Amino acid sequence: MYQYDDYDRALVHERVAQFRDQIERRISGELSEEEFLPLRLQNGLYLQKHAYMLRVAIPYGTLSARQLRTLAGIAKDYDRDYGHFTTRQNIQFNWIELEQVGDILERLAEVEMHAIQTSGNCVRNITTEAFAGVAADELLDPRPLAEILRQWSTVNPEFLYLPRKFKIALCAAQADRAAVMMHDIGLYLYRDAAGELLLRVMVGGGLGRTPILSQQIREGLPWQHLLSYVEAVLRVYNRHGRRDNKYKARIKILVKALGIEAFAKEVEAEWQHIKDGPAELTDAEYQRVVATFDAPAYATLDDADLDYGSALARDDAFTRWVSRNVRPHKVAGYASVVLSTKPGTSSPPGDVTSTQMHAIADLADDYGFGEIRIAHEQNVVLPDVRKADLHALYRRALSHGLGTANIGLLTDIIACPGGDYCALANTKSIPIAQSIQQRFADLDALHELGELSLNISGCMNACGHHHIGNIGILGVDKNGSEWYQVTIGGSKGKASALGKIIGPSFSAAQIPEVIDGLVKTYRDYREADERFVDTVQRIGLEPFKQQVYRQAQVPA
Amino acid sequence: MNNLISLCAGQARLVADDPWQWLREPMQPLPAGPLILPLTAWLERQDEATLKGERFSLDGICLAPEDEVERLHAYLPVLPLIAIEFPSFRDGRAYSQAYLLRTRLGWTGELRAVGDVLRDQLSHMRQCGFDAFAVREDKSAEDALKGLAGMSVLYGRSAIEPRPLFRRRSAGEPL
Repeated sequence: MYQYDDYDRALVHERVAQFRDQIERRISGELSEEEFLPLRLQNGLYLQKHAYMLRVAIPYGTLSARQLRTLAGIAKDYDRDYGHFTTRQNIQFNWIELEQVGDILERLAEVEMHAIQTSGNCVRNITTEAFAGVAADELLDPRPLAEILRQWSTVNPEFLYLPRKFKIALCAAQADRAAVMMHDIGLYLYRDAAGELLLRVMVGGGLGRTPILSQQIREGLPWQHLLSYVEAVLRVYNRHGRRDNKYKARIKILVKALGIEAFAKEVEAEWQHIKDGPAELTDAEYQRVVATFDAPAYATLDDADLDYGSALARDDAFTRWVSRNVRPHKVAGYASVVLSTKPGTSSPPGDVTSTQMHAIADLADDYGFGEIRIAHEQNVVLPDVRKADLHALYRRALSHGLGTANIGLLTDIIACPGGDYCALANTKSIPIAQSIQQRFADLDALHELGELSLNISGCMNACGHHHIGNIGILGVDKNGSEWYQVTIGGSKGKASALGKIIGPSFSAAQIPEVIDGLVKTYRDYREADERFVDTVQRIGLEPFKQQVYRQAQVPA
Repeated sequence: MNNLISLCAGQARLVADDPWQWLREPMQPLPAGPLILPLTAWLERQDEATLKGERFSLDGICLAPEDEVERLHAYLPVLPLIAIEFPSFRDGRAYSQAYLLRTRLGWTGELRAVGDVLRDQLSHMRQCGFDAFAVREDKSAEDALKGLAGMSVLYGRSAIEPRPLFRRRSAGEPL
């Protein structure tokens, strides 16, 4: 866990006081809503359909048990007893009153948390994968560099009024679990033959109305230039990005308009001016930040554990859970556990009650080092669990509704809050997710289907990342009624791809049947261990279309 | 009365007798007195000696968001003042323009924010190098003064603090 120093503490407390004052001036009418809007957004406060929503930053998805208990307290005292984890590793509270925001932020500041820049046209929460620091396939822990970027981008005066929001993600493992290629800037960390730490910089990714995967702008950038290079990209974007149309204002549109070569040339020219200046990172600074992350005190264990082995042998449900929800750890005898927030119809994807938050915090204290991660898929990760403790942890997770063995399976749905909450949404998302989860409640069948991601967005803004789901569902408005467009073949990670639309959209009632048709087609055509997305890639859209539209008796 | 706050040696003060007149869209004939003009109007009004850098200009320039600051390079020695317009406080291009004028072009004269200039953005403007702030007419400049200081912590760097925090920190400076 990153530990705040005096600077970090001073900043969050001053920020609370500043925003309290701005809220008071809004309430008194001194500030107009137009003037207040960007101020509240940069403090994570949205105005939704029914109430204000507060989005709290969870930098690179890392939380302590103490912090999670504070979030539980906020859910209980200021919200309707739950919070919603987002795809960018943050948490949202949906039922907030403006008058109480100052007190909530004060409570967050007490546990070294804040809501700074979780919204607005500025650099947002820096994200990386939930298994940072523990994944077996990791080159190095990306969090120190993520923290360095977080600090640099926090209240950076030049870049607070960009043309549009700006998202940065880092990946330092073999597999990309941070959806790097759909970010405005994506950073892949790697080492060259001599062991030098280098960055591959990607730029111009993003979903929304115009989904685009990022392109490589720079290879082999020495890590010391991280800040100066990002600064150069942002300055070019701030000066030249479009501001006349909010749907064309993301950096992806500028990169596309100029072409990657011309854009790279602009950035390179800007970077030449600043690259060897004081922004160049030093090894001392890197080591200082590394040291602020308390390293867990791992015990020396055998990698194989006898009790764990016998639990696997006698408890089939546990074995099945392990097969989906437990990940290899870089330290022998340990594993990482994913607690599913997608139990099915009993609660919407990503929603966690205050009781569950307390339970998760207890599990982290009892079986880990009091540390918790939030995954891009809206699930909760306990990064450091002894294999010997897995069975006991599983039993306890189950009793709190957090033990569903469905990670990476069809019911592990990523969904935005949709029309139930969001003022921008065209359609609801949660009832669609639940109708699918109900149809595919049978765990045996789910496991037999294997890896299959399903993403739902309630509008073009694509908060549910429907473009990169193996199956994507987009809510669209047709003459005032809610319809759903289906795409297949999307994927994230290093082999990212955007899904393709299979045909005319469906009513909400048809959706479970449509998913059934897609799954049936996959079953009919799959070869050996092929995943759903591989089958789509091999045989194309047509067989899926035929099945779905014939079955739904809708003309294709 | 331009509703002006000016920074002088780090001290902010309200200026009651500011002589400058900012003409967003210059009318013809131009009024008398020191004017702040858009780049094209400024260029038209200068004589050859000024354009060649041999004589001071009596007029300041106001940059629009789409103006490239690099175009001012040749005229910096003769300019009495540069203003940058915020057509809306949500348009952040002026921050980069100011930063570049200060750090790359080496402008040391007055750099004035004009247009939609409001209390809650003043500290960002100051850190990007502005040292004069013509607060929007309907707002109180005295009230806006409260926004000038901003927060005590700056992680990164700015036009007025070229060292990021990690370099100041290693120099052992107090908070």
